[in-house]
Amino acid sequence: MIPTLLRIYWTSLSRDRVAQAMTFLLPILFFSIFATVFGGRGRDGMARVPVAVADEDRSALSRKLIRALEQEKSLTVRTTARPVGAARGAAEVPIDRARATAMVREGDLSVAIVIPAGFDTSVARFDGGGVAIAMLSDPSDPVAPQMVAGLLQKVAMTAAPELMARNGIGEFVRYSGPLTAQQRKAMDEWLPALESESPGTPGGAGSDTAQGGAARLEAGGGFSGLVKVESVEVVGEKRDDAMVSFYAAGIAVMFLLFSASAAGGALLDELDTGTLERVLTSNVGMTGLLAGKWTYITLLGILQICVMFLWGRLAFGLDLFHHLPGFAVMTVVTAATAAGFGLVLATLCRTRQQLGGISTIVILSISAVGGSMFPRFLMSAGMQKLGLFAFNAWALDGYIKVFWRNARLVELAPQVGVLLGFMAAFLIAARLLARRWERT
Amino acid sequence: MNVLTIREARKSYGATQALGGVSLELAQGEMLALLGPNGAGKTTLVRSIAGRVQLDGGSIELMGRPLGGGNGRERLGVVPQEIALYPLLSARENLECFGQLNGLRSAALRKRVEWALEWTALADRAREPIKRFSGGMKRRLNIACGVLHEPRVILLDEPTVGVDPQSRERIYEMLERLRATGVSLLLTTHQLDEAEARCDRIVIIDHGRVIAAGTLEELVARTVGNHRRVAIRVDPLPAQPVSGFNGESDGALLRAQVDDVGAELPALLKRAEAAGFTIQDIEVRSPSLQSVFLHLTGRELRE
Repeated sequence: MIPTLLRIYWTSLSRDRVAQAMTFLLPILFFSIFATVFGGRGRDGMARVPVAVADEDRSALSRKLIRALEQEKSLTVRTTARPVGAARGAAEVPIDRARATAMVREGDLSVAIVIPAGFDTSVARFDGGGVAIAMLSDPSDPVAPQMVAGLLQKVAMTAAPELMARNGIGEFVRYSGPLTAQQRKAMDEWLPALESESPGTPGGAGSDTAQGGAARLEAGGGFSGLVKVESVEVVGEKRDDAMVSFYAAGIAVMFLLFSASAAGGALLDELDTGTLERVLTSNVGMTGLLAGKWTYITLLGILQICVMFLWGRLAFGLDLFHHLPGFAVMTVVTAATAAGFGLVLATLCRTRQQLGGISTIVILSISAVGGSMFPRFLMSAGMQKLGLFAFNAWALDGYIKVFWRNARLVELAPQVGVLLGFMAAFLIAARLLARRWERT
Repeated sequence: MNVLTIREARKSYGATQALGGVSLELAQGEMLALLGPNGAGKTTLVRSIAGRVQLDGGSIELMGRPLGGGNGRERLGVVPQEIALYPLLSARENLECFGQLNGLRSAALRKRVEWALEWTALADRAREPIKRFSGGMKRRLNIACGVLHEPRVILLDEPTVGVDPQSRERIYEMLERLRATGVSLLLTTHQLDEAEARCDRIVIIDHGRVIAAGTLEELVARTVGNHRRVAIRVDPLPAQPVSGFNGESDGALLRAQVDDVGAELPALLKRAEAAGFTIQDIEVRSPSLQSVFLHLTGRELRE
């Protein structure tokens, strides 16, 4: 009995390519995608963290610090930018505090640092006095600010070791009394040699060579670091609220894709039952039929996203009602684009089984790449670029702009524009694919 | 007056010829059976009339006007073989939707929906989702959705497939009521007894061509002839051919073909008795559409 049943099931599986793909290929595919996305081990390795630097100190030390930051392999340092409102291609000017704040707030980058005037006399102080470097950060990215803060401490030592030593000895003298003549002589001989080794000096040592020294200093108990850093979150009034909005958008968009695919798949059911044929023999043409389907799926998607965010409001205190205009724009455009996407999948497939397999693979893949499961800013640079080809990434960016950055409607133009472009492409593709159901 | 005229309809799919120049006419108020083995071209022909297949050549005229790609089919009703209905909608909702898709609105739509519910005897179940309906009820509703907009020509693809004899009877009663209003019906079927009993004329197509058309009597006269087949069951079993029986005998049956039953049957019976047989039963069979169909299309299986 059991061998007979095994034969039936095995033979069926061996003749069902979709089932084979779902059984064997899908797990491998997903393993590869998730290993790449979550492991951050794409071919290009981890992303370089972009950081804007506003130099208000304009001292030798601040310049050395910036040069040392620029030499860090994990950072991309920007010290200039186009003025706010300037046309594309306009000359860049040095970044100031206001511009740095705006860049973080607008989502151009997750972290910016402002080196204040008087910084060069404030390093390596044990009393906590002096001015602090301001680190402006977007708390939606929990990694980049931590990384930059650590690197600041490191490069403060490696950039100007002689200054660190001089200021450190100054602090020593201040608390312990003056150096002896012999100690003073030794210091005077050592400091020039130390200066020549700094990475900010032409021909100086690379930053990696001095890492051990920075680590030792940071290990000193009760000492917060060589440079004082003041962290300022310039985006998101309530961190928890912002995270809720991120996950509401991420999950809503992912399930929107599933529901759009399922609703589009009703076309295949209608094909099987003959209702598609019957509708097409009435006064409704294929274009009208697809328009009706698209409208229905769009409305369904809008309803689905509204339910998700309302639940976020009720259960998690998501601040929905202060963001209604942006939410409405993003929801309508996202639902309309997802509806087009569902129609493409449905018209691409020949059977419900095919649709089930293909939509599962495609939706989970673009959800992973597009950031529904894992924030894109934590992915490798290559994966972040790849995410731009996933329309859901633009939808998520739009929602984050609305809920996180309190963006005005006009600031949603890039996301809305790209989504509308995707939508048009999806609708054209679906219409072309549906031609096979028309007159033969 | 012909309401539907098809001339030299041709259609090929790659190297396969589906229609090789089909011509036929449908008169006003006529019920025409379109017969043919599987793959003969019936469905292609019906779909081309419905506008779902683009002909390679030939023409189709509906109510005297040539049918183009999409328009001009307002006077045409199509009833597919499948139960092409929305299962979660009620009978009334299905009727309303298909009525709207075919251009009916407001009062006219309501009037026709009420008519259809009465016509199909589904008025008392009008609000139930049709997934609970029996096969016969669904099939009646399936037909109603195709005729709601009062077409003058109706194409029915296997309208009685898979239903019990009572439902079949009811469906033909419904179709007769339509025909009484001057509507013309073209139906495809494999139920040859239905075609024989219900239809005015019969068109048989095979390999994409019309191989016979006419009334049953005309087809019989042109093919198997008008003679009756006589089978006499005798005892004991005949050991050798019996003189006077011109058909092949098998088992306990003596077979013969006669043109005049009244004149020739008594002589056959006497001959059998004279040969020493006891007559147990007699069957006289008229020529049927089945015999005509098999005569024209052969007994070879069509896959």
